[in-house]
Formats: sequence, structure tokens, C-alpha cells
Amino acid sequence: MPKKKQIERPRSEREGFWSGTLSFGLVSIPVNFYPANRSSHLGLRMLAPDGTPLQRRYCSSRSGKELAPEEMVRGYEVEKDHYVVVSDDELEKLDPGKSGDIDLRRFVPVDSIPPIYFERGYFLGPGGKSTKAYQLLAATMAKTRRAGIATFVMRGKEYLIAIVAENGILRAETMRFNDEIRTPEDIGLPEKPAAAKEKVRHFEQIINKHSEPELSRAELHDETSAALLEIVKAKRAQKEDVIVTGKAEEEAAEPDLVAGLKRSLTAYGRRRASRARTVEDRPRRPGARRPKPRQTARSRASSSK
Amino acid sequence: MADRAIWKGILRVGAEGVPVKLYSAVIDRAVRFNVLEKSTLTRITQHMVNPETGEEVPNDRIQKAYEVEAGVYVRLTAEDLEKSKPKESRDIEVTRFVPASHIDQQWYDRPYYLGPDEGDAAAYFALAAALENEKREGIARWRMRNSRYVGALRSEGGYLMLITLKFAEEVLTADELPRPTGRTPDAKELKMAEQLVLALEDEFRPGDFHDEYRERVMKFIEAKAHGLKPKLRIVGRKKETTSLADTLAASLKAVRGNKERAVA
Repeated sequence: MPKKKQIERPRSEREGFWSGTLSFGLVSIPVNFYPANRSSHLGLRMLAPDGTPLQRRYCSSRSGKELAPEEMVRGYEVEKDHYVVVSDDELEKLDPGKSGDIDLRRFVPVDSIPPIYFERGYFLGPGGKSTKAYQLLAATMAKTRRAGIATFVMRGKEYLIAIVAENGILRAETMRFNDEIRTPEDIGLPEKPAAAKEKVRHFEQIINKHSEPELSRAELHDETSAALLEIVKAKRAQKEDVIVTGKAEEEAAEPDLVAGLKRSLTAYGRRRASRARTVEDRPRRPGARRPKPRQTARSRASSSK
Repeated sequence: MADRAIWKGILRVGAEGVPVKLYSAVIDRAVRFNVLEKSTLTRITQHMVNPETGEEVPNDRIQKAYEVEAGVYVRLTAEDLEKSKPKESRDIEVTRFVPASHIDQQWYDRPYYLGPDEGDAAAYFALAAALENEKREGIARWRMRNSRYVGALRSEGGYLMLITLKFAEEVLTADELPRPTGRTPDAKELKMAEQLVLALEDEFRPGDFHDEYRERVMKFIEAKAHGLKPKLRIVGRKKETTSLADTLAASLKAVRGNKERAVA
């Protein structure tokens, strides 16, 4: 699928993925969104038999002619082969709220939201001239152990979010709407029988025997991607199936959003710069596993010869 | 009649084996669009093309490769890709248990309901009851459809649920980021902000929120399908206000005023 907003001005690293304003009472807090999740899959490239990296082309199904971005539109299929065209502009204007406004009008205990609702995370970087209001909301969320709940429209979709704070940083966790979640009755699971006390006690004993206070991040390692990367390394060491094209992957220069987020967090108050250590300087928590972005995995693979 | 299960497995808990069926717990309600050619309003086609020759390369001749450095690729054969995949298994290995509120929200990914399989419903419901009584969730590992999963085994309303967890490589956590710099709020501002949060305190009632935007988009599409041209309006943005402390004080006053009116 081609990029939705071809005409949009490219966003800088600092601006993140999307910009909005949190409303907390009458306080407005401009924020930039940065995805907190990324794919752990190794990004594989498709090559021609001669090793040339392939490019994806979009063509007319009638004439077979290649199409430029402005020759394509977005359509909803109302009946077979009959589409209604909807433009970016129309989607934007259908937003019932003030565009980009995230109104925090309810605060709930963080632990009271069932995990079945959570979907994806976005870090919020301070977007305005000052971080004071941002820091105020983060400190208050952390102290009260509350999450601010709101709905808002971002890039053509409405989101239900919980705003939480950690390490002084605000994060939005997107949540599923209630009608996106099924119940045991919807599925038709059998009714609960009377508890078999002996069996319950037996499982309780197993649970207690195998209980630990926490889950270490090291246990959440993506073994499939790691296995594939091992194969890549071994083949490279043996000079097997190595293709040197001399042509770098043709990637549109995507902004490094993690770098942008770090910069947006530390850009304020120069006099305090000594306190603003970057993540590389911070001592690692023992056992804490750092996610490897695609670029890092790639450079690591290439540096270990 | 129960829905069709998407997978069957056996929960391995200690020396016990509990046969279960897996059902998706979520429904995708997103409005899906197609990319069309503007002049004909027909679907477009996608082709992989060699930019050097301009020729299309058919699927069976495309090679997959990993770029180890700029312009250097390691080709991965079908056997290589197959080798990295896990061996088939029906086991859902529950290795251990942690306190039910321990896992942070950001790790939860996709929820599945489990249902009892092959008649042994007693063990299924006993395990659900035991998890609930002990306020624990299990850490489970399984392989399903060529992929490895780690998930949390939970009891929800007396039924077992398996929620996949994101991989460590997929999540950026706050402790990897620098704390924000800049002027910090003072004690008075913190106090007022806390009061404001507590004044707006509520329970989490997911039924109160609806995807109104999705409904509007669908209504708009329907109207357009009937040849109508619905009017759209642009809404303006709020203006910035005065000092943080004054704004907080005004917010508190407004919230409290509303509450009093609601009570009266």
C-alpha cells in the first residue's frame, strides 16, 4: 500500500510520528507521539536473480501502466467492485473533536484496567516551549498511580488511550474499544461447573511451587529472529550466498524517531544539561535486555566478521 | 454451539496436562480501504520490478536476503528460513507464575480465550480457579503456526485466557530514555494538579467509550454512496491561556463547580 499522505510535509525527528495537545483541566500540554513498539522481525529484502534489490511498483489493473502517487485514491468497497472514494482531507474533517486535542477528563487507577484492552504504546515527548506542564502531569500521574483516559483521532483512526507516566516520561497506551472484545458467552464457552475443590487445591500447590516475584525481560527474547540472524552470520563467515551489489538499499531517509524522542526530552533548560545524561551513560539495570532496533541488529551483524 | 477454535493445544502445568482450544478474544472493526486508480476507480496491482532493467520479477524467482551492510546481502534460501522456524508442537508450556499485577501494560499484545477440550473441563476450571485464588498469572511458551509465542495465562471471570506478550526487542521502555529536562513544577502546582486528578477520579468503564469516528466515517461513506455530498466543517483549536498555577486554579474551580451543581 502506498504511503497515505504523499503530499504531507515530511516530519522531522523531533516532531515524531504525530503531534497533539493534552488538555488537563484548562492546562494545554503540546506533545509529539513516538512509537514505543517496533517489529522484531529481520527486515528481509527482495532481490532479482542477479542480486539487484527489487522495487515495488503500483500499476493500473486496466492498462498495466505504472501509477504515480497522485494517480491513486483511497476507496471503500460498498458492494462488489463499487467503491466510494474518501480523501485524506475528508477523513480529517470527520474528526468530531478539536483536531489533535486529547482531553483528559477521567483518571482511573492504573492497575484497574484489564490487560485484554492494551494494544500499542506511544511515548509522548514535550512539544511546546516549556516542559513544566508536561513534567507536572507526569509527576502527578506517577504519584497518584492514575492513568488519564481519553479518546482522540490520529491519522484517520479513533483511539481510546490510557496516559501513564514512568521515569518522568508520559506514555499513551492505546486500548481496544469494548465492541472489539469478545466475551466467553460470545464464543460459546461452556458454563462453569461447581469447583472441584481437590483439583483446585492441587493446582494452587503447583502455582505456589513455581512462583517467582517477577518476569525478567530476558525471557521475552525473540528466538526466531535470533536464529535467523545466526544463520546470516554463519553464511557470511563462510562467504556463502554473499551478494555484493555496491548499491545500498534504496530507503527513503526515515527519521530516527528514538533519537528524536531523546532529543525532545533533553532539549529544555540548558543550565541543567549536566543532569540530562543520555541513555548510553546510564547504568544498565542488571538483567535488563535492550531491544535491538533494525539498524543496530544490522550493524552488529556486519561488524562481527 | 461454540465458535470454531483457531488452534488446539495442551497446557503443561507441573505434571498436569490440560487440553484446551484457542479462540480469538478480539474482533477487528477497523474501516478497511483499498487503493484505487483515480481515473478508473479500479483496484491497483503491485509488482516487484528490477529497477536496472525495468522488468518484473515473478514471485518464484524473487530471492530473499538480509542486508548486512550497505550494498552487501546474505541470501536466505527456503531451507534457511525453514531452519529458523520452531518445530511443531501442541504443548503450551507454563514455566512459572508471577503476581497478577506484575507485568506492565506495555507488554500485553493479543488476547485469546481458552476453552476446555476433549471433555476434561474439570481440570480447566480448577486451574482457572486456582490462578484467581492465588492472584497469579502463568508465563507460557508455545509454538503455533510456525511462530514462537510467550504469553500470560490468566483467569478472567473464571475462564482461562492467554495474552501474547511482546518480545523484548519490540518494546522501548522508559528506563532506556533520559528524564525530561527543563524547569520543574513547584510544590503548589504539584498539589493543585493532584487535587485536579483526584477531582476527576473515576472507575474504568470501557462501555462508556465508543469509536464515534468510525461511525461517522461509515455514515459519510453511506451518504456518498447514495450520491449525497455531506458538508464537513473544520474546527478551530483552543487558545493558550495564562500561567500554569492560575490555569490549574481555574481548572479546579471549574471541576468543583460542576460537581456541586451535579449534587444540588
